[in-house]
Amino acid sequence: MAGVEQQASLAEAETRISQDALRRFDDIFRRGAGLVSILAVLVAWEYFARSGKVTPFMLPAFSVVAQRIYIDAVHGDLWLNLGLTMYRALTGFVIAAIGGVVLGALMSRSKILRWFFDPLISVGFPMPKIAFLPIIILWLGLYDISKISMVVFDAIFPVVTATLAGIASVEKELLWSGRSMGAGEREMMWQIVLPAALPQIMTGLQVALPIALIVAIIAEMAMGGYGLGGAMMTASRYANSPGVFAGIVEIAVVGYILIKAMALVRRRLLVWHAEAADH
Amino acid sequence: MIAESVTKTVVRYLPIVILAIAWEVIARMNLVDSLALPPLSKVAVAWADLMRDGELVDNGASSLYRGGVGLLLAIAIGGGLGIAMARSRILDMFINPLVELFYPLPKSALIPVTVLWLGFGDASKILLIFLGCMIPVTIGAYNGARGSDHALIWSARGMGAGSMRMIFDVVLPSALPEILNGVRTALALAFILLVSSELIVSQKGFGYLIGYLGSTGSYEGMYAVVLTVAFLGFGADRIYQLLMQRLLRWRE
Repeated sequence: MAGVEQQASLAEAETRISQDALRRFDDIFRRGAGLVSILAVLVAWEYFARSGKVTPFMLPAFSVVAQRIYIDAVHGDLWLNLGLTMYRALTGFVIAAIGGVVLGALMSRSKILRWFFDPLISVGFPMPKIAFLPIIILWLGLYDISKISMVVFDAIFPVVTATLAGIASVEKELLWSGRSMGAGEREMMWQIVLPAALPQIMTGLQVALPIALIVAIIAEMAMGGYGLGGAMMTASRYANSPGVFAGIVEIAVVGYILIKAMALVRRRLLVWHAEAADH
Repeated sequence: MIAESVTKTVVRYLPIVILAIAWEVIARMNLVDSLALPPLSKVAVAWADLMRDGELVDNGASSLYRGGVGLLLAIAIGGGLGIAMARSRILDMFINPLVELFYPLPKSALIPVTVLWLGFGDASKILLIFLGCMIPVTIGAYNGARGSDHALIWSARGMGAGSMRMIFDVVLPSALPEILNGVRTALALAFILLVSSELIVSQKGFGYLIGYLGSTGSYEGMYAVVLTVAFLGFGADRIYQLLMQRLLRWRE
């Protein structure tokens, strides 16, 4: 009997090894294919734009757009617009992150707070909050404060709900053993509850970050002025299509970098957690 | 039983009523500028006026038309693409990186481009919503279809199902929960893209009406339309959730 089992597990181990090798090969192949397909899109873009089937106004060639980005970078416009957009999106994101976690933690501790905020959050979450932008402009004017407030208002919902869900799913054993070892309320929250809820809180933050960027850009588009969104709207108003496409490329790169950075932060913060074993 | 559940609902949503009363009181006592915060009762009157003269209905109908068509296209094409990617290695290898590339793109960046291509009317909004909403549906369908049980597929194949039958009878139902989740994200996104693109450039629709009323100083009307859109978004999500539960009941 034991022999058969051993053989079975040996066979299993062997398949696992060969599967691993296969997967590694697959990974390299996939990454290569990914690069190829992105390059293919850029080449197709260039070729299609120059083929004469579309006007340069409808689709400027990629090389023209790249040149435009380069000129903006040299003149410093790019860095000014990029800096302002990042400042608005990230300030709003940080305020929403801290406020959301604090509100979620307080709601998990206090019945009254929970009763008060629970319906507001469950009704407010699915609302298109961007519709409130004109009201926020009416209250706070056309400055950064109204753009940042709009970002906070939109990005805080996923953080609060993720914090609540994370805290609710903390294992009872952890709480019991913490209590029996004599941890006070504050210690329980900081040493046990929040770290145990961190994976879900991080997921909430990963949802909130792209929202922050989207909302910052919409607010800039609606209010005009500097910033990546404002610059795109100005370009579109002057029928400057290389400017519009430059904006898309810039925003795409920023979005990509932010999302990758956030995934990296997650991996760093959760090294101790079981989910990190997968990576 | 019924009385109990009614009290429960009342207690649950009481905070919203409290907020509404606080709004009315604060505005009536002139604690803040009455232009910036008109009393809720006046907003309600403005809402009734907008309903009566048909402005809200007209603009709303045009918004819902744009949103509906864009979303349906996104579901049909995005869902199909996701399933095709899950079934074909070649498609997967070459399209997946593109999906990954466009997934983090803040969709609002597409507003000026769609205007450049198609102008200020319906077509540019429909294209925007279609492009923006397609990606979450594609990803949902892809993940769902990839997760469908191989044993099910093999046994269906063993029983002689053709590839089209297989997709509709086996792959699609088992991918349904993830597709429906993707569609839920897309639904929320559709509202956001619709309202923001109409706020920025439009001659019709909810967003246009909000901007128009704001610029002419009829703030009561502006509040009325903002609240209408917000609650429509909320209501759409709730109805969708009910529908989702229905569609997934067989899985229990």
